Amino acid sequence: MSTTALYNDQQGGAEAAVEAGQESTATSSSSGAAFGLFSTDFKKNEDLKEMLESNKESLKLEAMKRIVQLISKGKNASDLFPAVVKNVASKNIELKKLVYVYLVRYAEEQQDLALLSISTFQRALKDPNQFIRASALRVLSSIRVPIIVPIMMLAIKEAASDLSPYVRKTSAHAIQKLYSLDADQKEQLIEVIEKLLKDKSTLVAGSVVMAFEEVCPDRIDLIHRNYRKLCNLLVDVEEWGQVVIINMLTRYARTQFTSPWKEDGIFDENEKAFYDSDSEEKQGQREAKPYIMDPDHRLLLRNTKPLLQSRNTAVVMAVAQLYWHLAPKHEVSIVTKSLVRLLRSHREVQYVVLQNIATMSIQRKGMFEPYMKSFYVRSTDATHIKTLKLEILTNLANEANISTILREFQTYVKSQDKAFAAATIQAIGRCATNISEVTDTCLNGLVLLLSNRDETVVAESVVVIKKLLQTQPTQHSDIIKHMAKLFDNITVPMARASILWLMGEYCERVPKIAPDVLRKMAKTFTAEEDIVKLQTVNLAAKLYLTNSKQTKLLTQYILNLGKYDQNYDIRDRTRFIRQLIVPSEKSGALNKYARRILLASKPAPVLESAFKDRDRFQLGTLSHSLNIKTTGYQELSDWPAVAPDPSVRNVEVIEPVQEWAPSLGKAKKPKSDDKFYSDDEEKDEEGSGSGSEDSSSSSSSGSSEESGSESEEESSRDLEKTSSDSEKSSSGSEASSSESESQQKEKKRAKKVTPRKSKQTAADSGSDENGNGPLGKTSSSSAESSSSEESDSSEDSDSDSPAPQKKTVGKTKPKVEVKSKKEVSLLDLDDFSPAPPSAPKSSVFSSSLLSDLEGLSLSNVSSAMQVTTSSFGPVKTYELLHHMTGKGLSAKYHFPRQPCLYQPSMVAVQVILTNSSDHSLEEIHIGDRSPASLNVHCFNTVERLEPGASVSVSMGIDFSDSTQAANFQLCTKEDQFSVSIQPAVGELVMPSTMKEPDFCSEQRKLMGMNETSATIAMATANTSKQNISKQVLSVANVGVVSSDQNNLQRFAGRTVSSGALVLVTLELRESSTALLTINTEKTVMASMLLRDLKQALYQA
Amino acid sequence: MINSLFLISHSGDIFLEKHWKSVISRSVCDYFLEAKEKAGDPENVAPVLQTPHHYLISIYRGKLFFLSVTQTEVPPLFVIEFLHRVADTFQDYFGDCSEVLIKENTVTVYELLEEMLDNGFPLATESNVLKEMIRPPTILRSVVNTLTGGSNVGGTLPTGQLSNVPWRRAGVKYTNNEAYFDVIEEIDAILDKSGTTVFAEIQGVIEACVKLTGMPDLTLSFMNPRLLDDVSFHPCVRFKRWESEHVLSFIPPDGNFRLMSYHVSSQNLVAIPVYVKQNISFLETGSCGRLDITIGPKQTMGKTVESLMVTIPMPKSVLSVNLTATQGTYTFDLTTKVVLWDVGKLNPQKLPNLRGSISIQTGAPKPEENPSINIDMKLQQLAISGLKVSRLDMYGEKYKPFKGVKYVTKAGKFQVRT
Repeated sequence: MSTTALYNDQQGGAEAAVEAGQESTATSSSSGAAFGLFSTDFKKNEDLKEMLESNKESLKLEAMKRIVQLISKGKNASDLFPAVVKNVASKNIELKKLVYVYLVRYAEEQQDLALLSISTFQRALKDPNQFIRASALRVLSSIRVPIIVPIMMLAIKEAASDLSPYVRKTSAHAIQKLYSLDADQKEQLIEVIEKLLKDKSTLVAGSVVMAFEEVCPDRIDLIHRNYRKLCNLLVDVEEWGQVVIINMLTRYARTQFTSPWKEDGIFDENEKAFYDSDSEEKQGQREAKPYIMDPDHRLLLRNTKPLLQSRNTAVVMAVAQLYWHLAPKHEVSIVTKSLVRLLRSHREVQYVVLQNIATMSIQRKGMFEPYMKSFYVRSTDATHIKTLKLEILTNLANEANISTILREFQTYVKSQDKAFAAATIQAIGRCATNISEVTDTCLNGLVLLLSNRDETVVAESVVVIKKLLQTQPTQHSDIIKHMAKLFDNITVPMARASILWLMGEYCERVPKIAPDVLRKMAKTFTAEEDIVKLQTVNLAAKLYLTNSKQTKLLTQYILNLGKYDQNYDIRDRTRFIRQLIVPSEKSGALNKYARRILLASKPAPVLESAFKDRDRFQLGTLSHSLNIKTTGYQELSDWPAVAPDPSVRNVEVIEPVQEWAPSLGKAKKPKSDDKFYSDDEEKDEEGSGSGSEDSSSSSSSGSSEESGSESEEESSRDLEKTSSDSEKSSSGSEASSSESESQQKEKKRAKKVTPRKSKQTAADSGSDENGNGPLGKTSSSSAESSSSEESDSSEDSDSDSPAPQKKTVGKTKPKVEVKSKKEVSLLDLDDFSPAPPSAPKSSVFSSSLLSDLEGLSLSNVSSAMQVTTSSFGPVKTYELLHHMTGKGLSAKYHFPRQPCLYQPSMVAVQVILTNSSDHSLEEIHIGDRSPASLNVHCFNTVERLEPGASVSVSMGIDFSDSTQAANFQLCTKEDQFSVSIQPAVGELVMPSTMKEPDFCSEQRKLMGMNETSATIAMATANTSKQNISKQVLSVANVGVVSSDQNNLQRFAGRTVSSGALVLVTLELRESSTALLTINTEKTVMASMLLRDLKQALYQA
Repeated sequence: MINSLFLISHSGDIFLEKHWKSVISRSVCDYFLEAKEKAGDPENVAPVLQTPHHYLISIYRGKLFFLSVTQTEVPPLFVIEFLHRVADTFQDYFGDCSEVLIKENTVTVYELLEEMLDNGFPLATESNVLKEMIRPPTILRSVVNTLTGGSNVGGTLPTGQLSNVPWRRAGVKYTNNEAYFDVIEEIDAILDKSGTTVFAEIQGVIEACVKLTGMPDLTLSFMNPRLLDDVSFHPCVRFKRWESEHVLSFIPPDGNFRLMSYHVSSQNLVAIPVYVKQNISFLETGSCGRLDITIGPKQTMGKTVESLMVTIPMPKSVLSVNLTATQGTYTFDLTTKVVLWDVGKLNPQKLPNLRGSISIQTGAPKPEENPSINIDMKLQQLAISGLKVSRLDMYGEKYKPFKGVKYVTKAGKFQVRT
């Protein structure tokens, strides 16, 4: 007390010092003098004070170390405050840190003196070293002095926009501290939180969410726009932050998404029915509308799943509870394995995890049943672990495994840990009531236990038997008799009382024995425990009512004994019973009802789990562990009936693609990436090889054209049906899909009549098989991919044909014409790389293979490398979605190089969707796209894709003559995957037919700025005219302009979107060089095209 | 989150306290001490306790209680995991986590705790980061420090705090670049009286000691990764690579760390390396009993069973034992009533045997249950699951590291019921 008084005197001085912003040596020395008045207690630390006053750093440090030791022991060192606080600006970092420790510990008690240090921190907040700025803010915010709240507020605001994420993290921590100091600052702090929530640094995310949880957990609206970012950052956030974010997102998701449990109410009906039919099921039946999971909901589930593999048990538990509370019921079981794994961890971890498993296992036995043996008890387990394991085993018991469990329980009953043995008996009792098949077995087993030597075991058995008999009172009079026989040997009061109660309750079933037991009790009444006496009185009363002839005297004797008992409870009871059963004048009306009162049938006790009601708390919380509502516990809200507007989570900023695959972004090098992909590609190629073998002879002609023809079919259908598209995608029924199929066929029939496509009809029958029958076609994936390559090869053979100009006229025509040749090349394809027979082909193949690999290795980095052809070389297939990222859905695309039918300004893209998962995927369609202005013609929703099946769909994308990637989402019923298509510049061109003179005149118009040229070196193999055109056409989708000049080659094309001419001239020079000239208005395209051509010609 | 931390010795002495928010009086520990009294064995104290105003979450490590006090809702595992991390850090810094060592290094402990938590929320828990801020005490350094007045505290922000590989510090240099991996598997098993397996599974860990210069990027692949049923990784392991290719790709922390732990599915039959023939019986009268145990090799995959140790916790009523061991020595602890038989190497030609009589307190009833037998053993150069590391590749650095893999199989919780 005196301290405060003294300090108050100095307050003026201290404040002045703060205002002056100086280090107040004067003040502190005067305060040191003031300490002179202090009690003897102070003298103890006199030497420390002297050390602190000295000039030697090492002495000061030594003193501070001793002071910290005092603090750590909980001893009061507050009287040294003035001496310590002087050193707050010390140069020695360790000394300074120890002063900080001291300051934070005692500032609250010595507020005025603490103010002396503030200016130092204010200065440090401006330090160029981020570490110093951060620690200054840390200490400043830890000083719990209300006066400096405005200073703290200012510092926090400033730090929140600091360049260093570490400082911003510190400011997030400071928010909580300030809030606990002064809750009035809430509004301002929320602003800072809002700002920090937008932070993209993984360092900040965890801390700011913590601040959010502490300051404004109800401001769910702040999360909306950061939801996706948080989901995506999650994997890279430090582990402690992960726990906090996951818990927050669990709460968030419960307010924003609709319940995923409705759809599979049937799934766990059999599980649920046993306990209580849940309301969810009823809801599920009421709502016939199929449930479609919000993609954001799915995103959360998907991004948290890898965290189950975390080494941090808290993270694993957090994910487990998230799945428990948010995932569709059939997905929850993926957490089981990880939870069971945690049981290998420390005892304390086991305890908490077992508690949670106990709650989970009540509702969902199936989840943990396969791991039942992991819950077997070891004699070395701690008692509370044993009991929890027992609890879980009991919950897991069902008809199938009960015999195993009971055998295990038999071992436990013999345990030296008697408390545990008793718990086991309780558990056996529960199994017996829950599973009627084993009730008798259990009862018999328990009866056997009655002859056990250990009293607690016997007592517990009696109690459990009593409860069991109560549920089935009609049988088992022999057990009651057996118990009566044992009665003399049982000494545990509770057990004796239980037997007496049983005798009384079922005295009519054992009419001979009951009075005899009462006779024995009358003899020993005075020596019994109170609880036994009470039951004796009870038994006497019941027997008096049922069998008064034999027991009247006995009853009276016992009642008399009871009347004079020392215990007032017993005297009381005796008086009451006497009035009730013995008719007299005073007793009156009650007497008539004695029988009904005493011998009323009593409801059987329900033996249920102690964890029955724990599910009201969120799993993994402290509240759940303690089974009470703790301070600050946030209720998990029920699912909303109707989901709030999901668009609130949309963010205008285009998110970089890699953010969608967060783990890949984790310091992952491209090297590992391409290995990953190329491996996969190889596999695919293998698959396609074998596939083509099967289909080579018969359906090859059809399948080679399949891609083209189908895209046209779909497109023609689309032209009519674009408006109904959206409707169709929303309805998930089989009927509509089959309907659309039939429509498709109809269209096709109609199409056959149209003269333009008449040439295709031959191929149509084949494509019907392949293109329209994806359902249930297991091998079609390989067939599909092979078909793309088949078409390539067929086009290869075209290149050998003498009239390449024809291609510009119409694409379909030459294909039909060269059908016979195609077959030859197809056979070649079968052995693909090993030994292609003809030389030119081999060069094409090897080069394409090479470019394939190159394209793969760099496909994400530079699109310029990607090589495709319309009529030459294999069409390069790109990966759109890998089946690992796509949860089984994989997508590949290639550019068929055909005019897009949806809109002339679009580039046609052929997408092959393959389902490599083990369940069918439904409603595959295209979702959001970015940029939003992106003009995409989507393919029709694929209603259903069976496992192993694949389907080829075509879409059109307007790239607006730029190589900017088109980003969009590929959606299935449950999932959304962000994918992007980045076109090679050569794909943005369409071939244009032109005579040589026209070409020259056009070229003349596009001189100067519009001309780009370069001298290029060419591989010697490329100097032949054929090979050059092959290479050029492989890069760009242009048309050959026939020319009679031997050293000149000309190609013409138009950009797809704007129709600008693109003229390519290649003038051969000596020694394998050539002058490459490109004339076009689109100069950017020209330079890119130039680069691609240069590379292609040089390489081959 | 975590409000205060108290370290309490086995005997109930509160010898260190640290507060991150307002000071909470140490009298709050009384509730805990009361619970500890009631539980008897410190292992039996419930880790989560409730008092009128606070919640107590504690762990028991190295005969010490780490008791944290919190006032609001917090995931209990969060606190427990953190407390274990604190204990791990102490172990890392001082070689062991014991009362004496902590008392000796109070200042370092305090500095560590200050850095590990800010306002009760974990700040830096990576040992690499901490070691850059607060250097572990060594004799040499303390001598140098006293002479020069230098300090153990770093003045700059550890690089790990900011980088996306917080577990590794920058600028690591070694003259001998080496990477060692120990595949350690433990067999958890319960065998019943007749020797049949009630329950058995294999839990494995890969402990690594990596001393490599610079920022190496390692890839560790297995011959048979499909064997692994459930895995958990150090944060450095790229999960996606594992998912897609079943290889471990990571930038390793510097020094010792646990790369992964795994579980081998119990569907695979677990090879049990030894069998135990036992006969323990207590006579109905005469207050004595007999014990006869023989251990022999079962499925050892051609390796020798080493450091075989048998622990038998006897019933409390046992007074003394009089046994003879054909191999090794045995001890009987009178207070804990534990028979400990140190067998050593298991010789298949001459099976070790322990037999003799047990005397029980006169008058005490015959023990209900025979004691269970706990077995400890080691098999060198063998991973009992058959897991094999196929190769270790290093990217990102030019030099050629020295690589080594060691396999050990141990008995985990290996119990024979009798």
